[in-house]
Amino acid sequence: MKTYTNTGNKDTRSGFGAGLTELGQTNENVVALCADLIGSLKMDDFKANHPERFFQVGIAEANMIGLAAGMTIGGKIPFTGTFANFSTGRVYDQIRQSVAYSDKNVKICASHAGLTLGEDGATHQILEDIGLMKMLPGMTVINTCDYNQTKAATIAIAEHHGPVYLRFGRPKVANFTPEDQTFEIGKAIRLTEGDDITIVATGHLVWEALEAAKELNEKGISAEVINIHTIKPLDDKAILDSVAKTGCIVTAEEHNHLGGLGESVARVLAQHRPTPQEFVATNDTFGESGTPAQLMDKYGLNADAILKASNKVLKRKN
Amino acid sequence: MPNTQQLQDFTTQVRRDILRMVHKVNSGHPGGSLGCAEFFVALYQDIMDRKDTFDMDGIGEDLFFLSNGHISPVFYSVLARSGYFPVEELNTFRLINTRLQGHPTTHEGLPGIRVASGSLGQGFSVALGAAQTKKLNNDKHLVYSLHGDGELQEGQNWEGIMYAAGNNVDNIISTIDLNGQQIDGSTDVVLPMGSIRAKFEAFGWTVVDIENGNDIDAILKGMAEAKSLTGKGKPVCVLLKTIMGNGVDFMMHTHAWHGKAPNDEQLENGLAQNAETLGDY
Repeated sequence: MKTYTNTGNKDTRSGFGAGLTELGQTNENVVALCADLIGSLKMDDFKANHPERFFQVGIAEANMIGLAAGMTIGGKIPFTGTFANFSTGRVYDQIRQSVAYSDKNVKICASHAGLTLGEDGATHQILEDIGLMKMLPGMTVINTCDYNQTKAATIAIAEHHGPVYLRFGRPKVANFTPEDQTFEIGKAIRLTEGDDITIVATGHLVWEALEAAKELNEKGISAEVINIHTIKPLDDKAILDSVAKTGCIVTAEEHNHLGGLGESVARVLAQHRPTPQEFVATNDTFGESGTPAQLMDKYGLNADAILKASNKVLKRKN
Repeated sequence: MPNTQQLQDFTTQVRRDILRMVHKVNSGHPGGSLGCAEFFVALYQDIMDRKDTFDMDGIGEDLFFLSNGHISPVFYSVLARSGYFPVEELNTFRLINTRLQGHPTTHEGLPGIRVASGSLGQGFSVALGAAQTKKLNNDKHLVYSLHGDGELQEGQNWEGIMYAAGNNVDNIISTIDLNGQQIDGSTDVVLPMGSIRAKFEAFGWTVVDIENGNDIDAILKGMAEAKSLTGKGKPVCVLLKTIMGNGVDFMMHTHAWHGKAPNDEQLENGLAQNAETLGDY
């Protein structure tokens, strides 16, 4: 089984910051807006290097989304930055009308997504944002797994015309994807090949899926791990090709099981190849305060949870 | 530049269009549309520096954003009669498969529309963003916007209004349609807002009053004054006092016609008060 090396824990949000810094130098149409969270979103470098293209909007997220929509008129490519909760739930109607329905080239970049935000608790831990964004016609939804991939995705979405939701997180997690990767929107990445079970994961749970696959492998079960960084448009073919071989699937995401990656995968399977599926996701609940590791454990979002789900789904195979 | 009589004739025809559009589908918002007819005509026929052809980016020309999208009939009529799309297309207002959706949208590719509106309170933000891009592009043209007075009850407006002064967005002229009416009654009854002038001034805007917003000359004079105040570090607000339902006597001074269509008899009555000038579609 192909193995991956963690080259050192890094936060995905810093990958966003690094990508934005690079875009500042390479794409003069890129502008950045932030709602009083420059440090949290790692937008400091962009602000320092391109003050004329950086807009501090204050604690006013609805206005930020509208400003971004307006800035596209005349050719700018706005990147907005705040926490995932305030990037989506708080401004759903603004995104719906001024960005998605108006087909504006806005990149909504959201940090601190999911439970791993940690001690701030449920008010800040949105677990519904993937669902909210994927339901919007025309919206591309991306959830990256590590620092390198987040950086690559940030750079790639500037070249894609249309609204994009880019979701990443706060904690330092394993950095294991190549530094020099190119990011292809909508193209799933097969990390390991396997015949017994498919594990598709997104965001922080991709590394956990690899850890789970290692343990399964030791027990003689070969797992195919697929990194679904783009939830919409979903790479249907990668999923269907894999389950054609393995006959069962586990989906893993730091999100409510309602409305997330798991449901998108279930739709594809129901339409084309009904397949036993288990969901690693939160179970229609709000989060709470705690360390990221404690929360991942309590709410079942880690390698252990993926292992349990794998054993369950393997028993359901014909 | 057209003279006052030509602009008035244009307005009269726009009123006929509004009445006929709303009547045909028994749906739409005639009250606010009629009240803003003079303003739209002045804006598109005189005030704005526009290109002949439409493109989304609008570089090198003035831009207009309608925030209170429900007055789409007046917007569509003036856009069509200003050459953005065929006047006959007004026939399709609110019908299935139309580009003239109930509320304006870019989704159907209707020339003249740069953002969807309908869900209220988002127009300031969008217009301000467009104004800032004009600055980044070294484009000296202006951004105009229109907002309802009742619409100011939406909180997002005040986020934008605060932002504009704080960031010296001085290439925007935002007009508030002060007709004093909203769906459930007069704004003073539904949610009193106190002095809108004092609020804008407190938020750092320069304010211009147009006491008779249904008088073409008063509009031209007031908007010229507003234009002269741009480029001085502060955003400019125009308080345009209009009469809801203007030009159709039984629709005037009441919120009753905010979102109600005239019946056959009422249509004939309204059309009789506004003689055909540029030709019906």
